[in-house]
Amino acid sequence: MSKIIADHVVVEVRYPVNDSFIITLRSPVDIPDILPGNFAEIQIENTTGVFLRRPFSILDVDYESRMISFFIKIIGKGTKKLGEAKRGDKVSLIYPLGNSFSLPEPGKKVLIVGGGSGIAPFVLLGRNLKSNNNDVTFLIGGKSKKDVLVSSLFSGFGKVLTTTEDGSAGEKGFVTGHSLFKSGNIHFDKIYSCGPEPMMKAIGKIANRNGIDCEVSLENMMACGFGACLCCVTETIEGNKRVCKEGPVFNVNYLKWRI
Amino acid sequence: MADLRVNIGGLEFKNPVTTASGTFGNGEEFEDFFDLDLLGGMFVKGMTLEPREGNDYPRMAETASGMLNAVGLQNKGVDHFIKEIYPRIKHFDTHIIPNINGSTVEDYIEVAEKLNEIETIPAIELNISCPNVKAGGMLFGTSCPSAIAVTEAVRKAYDKVLIVKLSPNVTDIAEIAKGVEGAGADSVSLINTLLGMAVDAEKRKSVLSTVTGGLSGPAVKPVALRMVWQVYNAVKIPVFGIGGIMNATDAVEFMLAGAAAVQVGTANFIDPQIPVKIIKGIENYLERHHFDSVSELTGAMEI
Repeated sequence: MSKIIADHVVVEVRYPVNDSFIITLRSPVDIPDILPGNFAEIQIENTTGVFLRRPFSILDVDYESRMISFFIKIIGKGTKKLGEAKRGDKVSLIYPLGNSFSLPEPGKKVLIVGGGSGIAPFVLLGRNLKSNNNDVTFLIGGKSKKDVLVSSLFSGFGKVLTTTEDGSAGEKGFVTGHSLFKSGNIHFDKIYSCGPEPMMKAIGKIANRNGIDCEVSLENMMACGFGACLCCVTETIEGNKRVCKEGPVFNVNYLKWRI
Repeated sequence: MADLRVNIGGLEFKNPVTTASGTFGNGEEFEDFFDLDLLGGMFVKGMTLEPREGNDYPRMAETASGMLNAVGLQNKGVDHFIKEIYPRIKHFDTHIIPNINGSTVEDYIEVAEKLNEIETIPAIELNISCPNVKAGGMLFGTSCPSAIAVTEAVRKAYDKVLIVKLSPNVTDIAEIAKGVEGAGADSVSLINTLLGMAVDAEKRKSVLSTVTGGLSGPAVKPVALRMVWQVYNAVKIPVFGIGGIMNATDAVEFMLAGAAAVQVGTANFIDPQIPVKIIKGIENYLERHHFDSVSELTGAMEI
């Protein structure tokens, strides 16, 4: 797989909700094939306290116009600065990095569960699953209505369900409490999840209890993002593996999660 | 064009820019980004006699102008390197230099003996300065008698160029450099990371699983420059300058302070093409300042 490192030009930064933004950038060269789950390392310059690049899942890509976009939640100084980028600014990107979600056989029913900025890889995943003729259900959770607004990004790829902790949209509660998971209702062949680790563990547990194959995408802290530093490792049944290289997507049963 | 070649203990490097162990994997991760044949050399990931899983996650903390790591020498052992990794990377037209580690002097000797058998590996770097392992590592490099003992022992087991990587976590690095020079080292490389730590105030928790870790990046550069200068003035063997080199100017500064060559480390994580940019930048500098050879820079700092 060929990777690129290049200055990209910011085309647009828009805020679907006030604490998260979608940034779209134009590549100076042809964009290599991007698989769902791949990420990029973005350099954020001239920001005190930000030294390393930041890894972000790739939201979407348009090969013809050489555009790549990211859905980013403002967490700290780096993400705040990136969210202030102006049209025309140059930003250095390295991608595509990491492995990707594996697709099931055509016709299989899949469930995609996410929350927060963990939903970023689901656009590419949803599109690939749709063209693979899979029946897709999205379940997106958040604290309140504004957190699940982004679920509209997936409406073209399958059924979209939501939960909110305050009940302002969808079912009230956590994703794991959704009526979808009430016994006898779970008729999926595969589950994908990305978001906060406690959520992924809970989803992994449900998947295991129902004998469903489950893949999760981890977001360990990284220094390099391309396999050199060995900082982002996670414990697996085959020892420590790099989340940036052997991951970020892992089968839950490959991880040493006590679920 | 100026002559970029440098000589370290009889071994010629095509240029003075090499990559630091632990920041460059086994080179393969960087093939996507540049032609590794351009490098003066690459110091590959530290290895031990037996495989090591390394420390628990989290192993990294970002700091002001730098980072802390506590990887703890995760590697599959020297035999795996020789059988699996080296055959995949030996075609690179650059010096591939293993970084060797051990919990005991016997471990170091055994690793050195195995590598001594590989004809095309021209040098090893004896790491007596890893701050992230419980046994051995930095313990050897922070006392003069133990640094001398391990260097002498490895010297007997290894015929080719022996570079000893020094710890900055000492009161007098020049003293230790003199010690290992006397024990038969052909060169010294410095500095390894500075022992540090990070605390998460909100969680009231240490950031690293090991509490302490090794600090690297531009944050350590002034300390590294000072130590390179002190060691250069204390020994006759050539010095590899390491510590926060982010660009060609930094590399030139290290050479002016006394380094014969440099190792680029943490910068590789931010710009995986940085070694080539540094080589070009040094060439540029030599031309601007009318030097015929890069080795003229070594120790050329005026006071």
